[in-house]
Formats: sequence, C-alpha cells, structure tokens
Amino acid sequence: MARGVIELKNPPRIIASAAVGGKKEGEGPCGEQFDMLDPTGLFGKETWEQAEAEMQGRALSLAMHKAKKRQEDLDLLIAGDLMNQCTSSSFGALSFGVPYLGIYGACSTSAEGLLLGSLLYDAGRASLLGVVVSSHFCSAERQFRYPLDYGGQRPPTAQWTVTGAGAFLLGHEGSGPSITAVLPGRIVDGGITDANNMGAAMAPAAYDTLKRYFDGSGSAPQDYDRIVTGDLGAEGYAILKDLFAHDGVTLGESYTDCGILIYDAARQDVHAGGSGCGCSATVLSAVLLPRRYKRMLYVATGALMSPMSVKQGMSIPGIAHLVCIESEG
Amino acid sequence: MKQETYPQYAARKAKRSPLGKDCLLAFLVGGTICTLGQGLFDLYGLAGMSEENVSTLVPMTLVFLAALTTGLGWFGQLAKHAGAGTLVPITGFANAVVAPAIDNKAEGLVLGLGAQAFVIAGPVILYGTLASVIYGLVYYCLRWL
Repeated sequence: MARGVIELKNPPRIIASAAVGGKKEGEGPCGEQFDMLDPTGLFGKETWEQAEAEMQGRALSLAMHKAKKRQEDLDLLIAGDLMNQCTSSSFGALSFGVPYLGIYGACSTSAEGLLLGSLLYDAGRASLLGVVVSSHFCSAERQFRYPLDYGGQRPPTAQWTVTGAGAFLLGHEGSGPSITAVLPGRIVDGGITDANNMGAAMAPAAYDTLKRYFDGSGSAPQDYDRIVTGDLGAEGYAILKDLFAHDGVTLGESYTDCGILIYDAARQDVHAGGSGCGCSATVLSAVLLPRRYKRMLYVATGALMSPMSVKQGMSIPGIAHLVCIESEG
Repeated sequence: MKQETYPQYAARKAKRSPLGKDCLLAFLVGGTICTLGQGLFDLYGLAGMSEENVSTLVPMTLVFLAALTTGLGWFGQLAKHAGAGTLVPITGFANAVVAPAIDNKAEGLVLGLGAQAFVIAGPVILYGTLASVIYGLVYYCLRWL
C-alpha cells in the first residue's frame, strides 16, 4: 500500500477555497479570479515575512467566510510555506486557535496538505479541515537568493516566486469537487545543481509520481480532462513532456502547468514562469477548481533544497505529490 | 557514443541567455558609467581641485549615486538589463552593500543592517585585502633582490 495509489473510500469535498495575491499576480492572466489582491504586497504589515503570514490568515478567513464556517468549526488546520521553520504558517495560524500541523514540502506543499487532509478525513479523524499554503516573492528572495534591490541578472531558466496564498476547506457539505485518490511523491534527484533551473530539478519527480499513478491506477493521460503540475515552468513543462514521450506516452492538450498559467511570460518578465507554494495553490483555487473538471490530476512539485545545500554544491532533489480531484456534472 | 546524462540533457535543453545582447548592453552601460566617471574627474579638475582629491572624489560620487539609485529602486531595474555593465564598476560594489542593508533593516540596526550589510561585499573585501597583502610581499621581495 505504501508505494501505491491510495483510493479514498470516504472522499472529502473541497467545500470552499480562496486565493490571495500581490501586484504581479493581479496583473497576470488569472488576476481577476483572485479573491483578494494587495498591490503593495505588504497586507498592512511592516515586513515581508509578517505580510506572508497575514496573507495566509486572509486566505483562510475568506475560504471560511465563503463556506459560512467559524474557527470553532474547524477540527484541524494544515499549513505550510517556504520560510525557515514555517514561520509564515505558524504566525498566520496564530489567531485562529485551531489544532495546527505545520508542514514543509517546498512548492509541493499545497498537494501535500490536501493529501494529508484527505487521508485524515477519509480515516474519519476530522470532519472539517483547513489547508493553507503561501509564498511571498520578497521573503523568498531574501531567504533563497539575493537582497531585493541587488542588481543582478536572472538566467532565462529562472522562475519568479509567486506572492500568494491559497486556502482550502475539506469537508462533506455541498457539491464541490472531491479528492478521490492521492499518491505521495518520492524524492527524486536528477542531479541538477543549478538553483536557477528548478523546473529541470523537479521534472523527474513529476514524471516519477505521474508514471507511478498511471501504472498503479491502470489509467492513461487521456482519461483526465486536466493534468496540471505545480510549478515546473516552461523548462520543466517541456522536459516532462519529453520524459513521457521517451516512453511513447503523449501527455497531450490536457496537460498544463500552474507556473505557466499564472503569469504572462512575454509581458511580465518572469522568465520560465511562476514558482512557490502560492503558485499552484492560487491557480488551483482561482482557476482550476471553478472550471469543475470531471477528473483532474493535480501534481504540485517541490525542489527540496536549502540555501545551505546549494552552497555546499549538493544537487537539488525534487518531489511531486498527486491528488486526483473529481467533479460531478 | 556515451549516453547523455540527465543534467547534460537539461543543460542542453535550457534556454540560453542572449549573450550578444547582454554583452552589448554591458559594454554600453558600463562604458557610460566610466565616461561619467571621467567627466566627473575633468569637472573636479576644472574646479581647481588637486589630482589626489579628485581621485578620491570621483569614486565617492559614483558610490553615492549607486547607493541613492539603489534606495530608489532604479539600480536593480538598470542592472537587470546591464548585467556586468553595472556590476563591474565601483557602482556594483556600492549596490552590493546598500541592497542588503536596506533588506535587513527589519531585523534591527545591529543584528539586521549591521550584521548583513557586507554579506555580499564581504568576500570581496576579505580576499581583496589578502590579495593586496600578497602583492605587497611579492613587491617587497622583488625590490630586495
């Protein structure tokens, strides 16, 4: 079982979701579908890190408002972000007073949270759960790359960390999409050491997870209306298609990537596309869920490096968690 | 033929930087900054300052301008296109100190700004100083011979 696809006997519904973003996200092709945008990126706070925590809180509040739920209705909150010690999640969850699990899966955290939440729901251990994840361009740049005003050039393979938070409520009410199956990813190391080419670092993990899912469930890409990866960007998107083509499998028109969808690469100077926990989470909430695809594979991808491991010359391992989301009619 | 490894495949597939355009922009912007430096040198000279003072004032002015434009957020916008054109002159050094100083002020004047201001420029200062010591020793020994 541990290596296989987990079909949920008691699948939870995503009863509500919300997406919050910053200026660049608002100017992008999905901008109008966000529930809230703050062009200053500060969300009324003093620092970028506090802003990110605030963003998580706002996304969760908005999702709870949509579902007409209160804090005391929530059995559990699962939250994650990119910051050291998951501080954005911990400080974001602080005011909610809900039992809290902080998780880290780099940019794959949205799927990891939905996966864990679904399993807990399926096991009957929680009847209403919140999953919230975030990333903030400014806090991520500070931690992983250079100071914001440092004058440098990004290579074309670099990606732009999305300023955004996505929140999801898992429960049984309504007619929202259901999470019917999940597959935890394996850590896959393709040997990429270039932190400016994370698409290439994560693509082998996405391939591994999808291939295991197709094999384990006996399905093929054409059985899904939508197959979407988290933030492979233009580089990783092309590589993943290549990897499957090598096996004689065509991913086809249904395959897309949140890192490509969230920005207009030609207009917004984001190079290979968007990245970060907030990338896949906001696109899922704002764009993908409202379209109510009959069967969708949501595969959020993460690059599991730290500034330290990159400086020590270690390669960048990737991971990809999969959740299968189905909608009726 | 040996089969291509994944990192080799990814490197081959990776979109390349437009090298010709990058070099040209670096040359033009870097050249403009250096011409500005020369212009300042001539202007300070015309104002009647000694060459020794002028040699100090020109880098000071350029460092000030780079620090100011970094604070205004313009430097990064230019450097994005200019690359080595803004990095190599003394302007790049000024930016490398001011940018982390601004960034880390949220953590306080001592533990933030003070401790982090030289996080990028620090190695340049350390190894620059070491190199000058070695140069001095070599120079001293050669004179002795």
